[in-house]
Amino acid sequence: MDATALAARLEEVAPGLQLEVVPSVDRHLTLVARPDEMPVLARALREVPDLAFTLLAELTAVDFWPREPRYEVVYLLVSLEHRRRLRVKVRLPGAEAHLATVSGIWPAANWLEREVWDLFGIAFDGHPDPRRLIMPEDWNGHPLRKDYPVQIVMKPKTFEPMQVTEEEFRASVARDRLVRS
Amino acid sequence: MTVNMGPQHPSTHGVLRLVLELDGETVLSASPTIGYLHTGIEKTAEQKKWSQVIPLVERMDYLSAQSNNLAFCLSVETLLGIDVPERVRWIRVLIAELQRINSHLVWLGTHGMEVGAVSVMLYCFRERELLLNINELLAGFRLFPSYIRVGGLREDLPRGFHDAVRAFLDRFPSKLDEYEDLLTKNEIYLKRTQGVGRISAEDAVAYSLVGPIARAAGVPYDVRRVFPYLGYETFEFDVPTQLAGDVYARYLVRVAEIRQSVRICRQALERIAATGPYAVNDPRITPPPKDRVYSEMEALIQHFLLYSQGFSVPAGEAYVPIEGPRGEQGFMVVSDGTNRPWRVKSRPPSLLACQALERMIVGGLIADVIAVIGSIDVVMGDVDR
Repeated sequence: MDATALAARLEEVAPGLQLEVVPSVDRHLTLVARPDEMPVLARALREVPDLAFTLLAELTAVDFWPREPRYEVVYLLVSLEHRRRLRVKVRLPGAEAHLATVSGIWPAANWLEREVWDLFGIAFDGHPDPRRLIMPEDWNGHPLRKDYPVQIVMKPKTFEPMQVTEEEFRASVARDRLVRS
Repeated sequence: MTVNMGPQHPSTHGVLRLVLELDGETVLSASPTIGYLHTGIEKTAEQKKWSQVIPLVERMDYLSAQSNNLAFCLSVETLLGIDVPERVRWIRVLIAELQRINSHLVWLGTHGMEVGAVSVMLYCFRERELLLNINELLAGFRLFPSYIRVGGLREDLPRGFHDAVRAFLDRFPSKLDEYEDLLTKNEIYLKRTQGVGRISAEDAVAYSLVGPIARAAGVPYDVRRVFPYLGYETFEFDVPTQLAGDVYARYLVRVAEIRQSVRICRQALERIAATGPYAVNDPRITPPPKDRVYSEMEALIQHFLLYSQGFSVPAGEAYVPIEGPRGEQGFMVVSDGTNRPWRVKSRPPSLLACQALERMIVGGLIADVIAVIGSIDVVMGDVDR
């Protein structure tokens, strides 16, 4: 079954879905879904016997700042029965990004969603335990966002070391980000 | 009573903190707290060039450095669209399997020690030393060799590599029998592990515990078999499974896996020619050999370009799963077409194992918590990254 057939099958099982098929370079079939259809899609993927994506291998996000829609939440799914791998992407806007939780469908998503909330600040509606996972609970900001500083300049206590400002550091990285053919 | 176990408890394999609610000796609830070892490797990786990420990812799961490295390189190579020579594939298979033996030996030793069999630890570390010596021979570094590179290997195999590996493979199976003599039918070990920390096949899949934990519960999923990479489909090996899903079943599965790894190593060693290509012949990715750098202008320029600017990877994303010592492992890499990664995300099997820990220990005894934490083989560097 290729990605187009899979999308057609999903649209047949759950009418109203509008899935976009995107090419991929690895062995995952790749679909892009709209944020509001994620709960329906997740349930269909998990429960329909000829799909049976019972294993959520990975759930993460990518920040494409300053592009809009800014975030992409990526679900990597495996069907153990049919030996198939699927990547589902959901694109979210930068302002108040939020998405329905899938932790009721794949329990493994619980901590993975907490990690995404912690590091990207994408809220998962209906999550049973919406706390930070890795960073301390009183931490400011979400570190894996692209607009989060890489080096935080703190006032030195006893001496004045050589400091690079955030702007200088970014400019240096941008200069170096050459495209070579 | 509420008990704080960790973050600095000798049996939590690093810095895992468990808040346990106890009634006498029975665990009523458990909530793991992680993050004490968070070093922001994924954020750091976004600032580095592609080849500079390799030492970073090796340090995530510090007991299986070369598996991380392999997973990362495979994903980047998929994005680049390159296919490594056959000889490189066999060498990578050999290294990955030696790494699995290495990791399982540390697991067996520490787990044995935690349930009271201290001598097992000494025996396991004795054999692990031989594997570390092989790493040293290979790359001059015992724990994090960075030998696997994008596009192939760092350099050709050292002289005497075949003999060193063969000597290890000849010696090792009888030593493994020794460990089994110490544990497999040991009355005390059986009492401490059988029926403890049980998890069903459905739960194992629901919590994404694919790997030895799921195979001990009867889920025959092994990435090497189901989604073969590096030509694993051409090797003869079995995927050991058990049905009980308890600590003892995990022990049996891992020991059987070590034996299968030895089997794969022997086959791979047969296939590796003494000399031959050790990387793809692509000047955009592979640095020229040192003798040419010293004698040819073009090679010198190439060398400088690769070590100052690095190579660019086409825009896109890739995730290639491999079977690491702790289960399915892989790196989701996203590129924006430049010489630095846009995002590097590891799939951490240990994180998911930690998540399911609560399910395995609630209702059991507090003394069994130690046995269960040992049996799921968490590496906190991999959990927190």
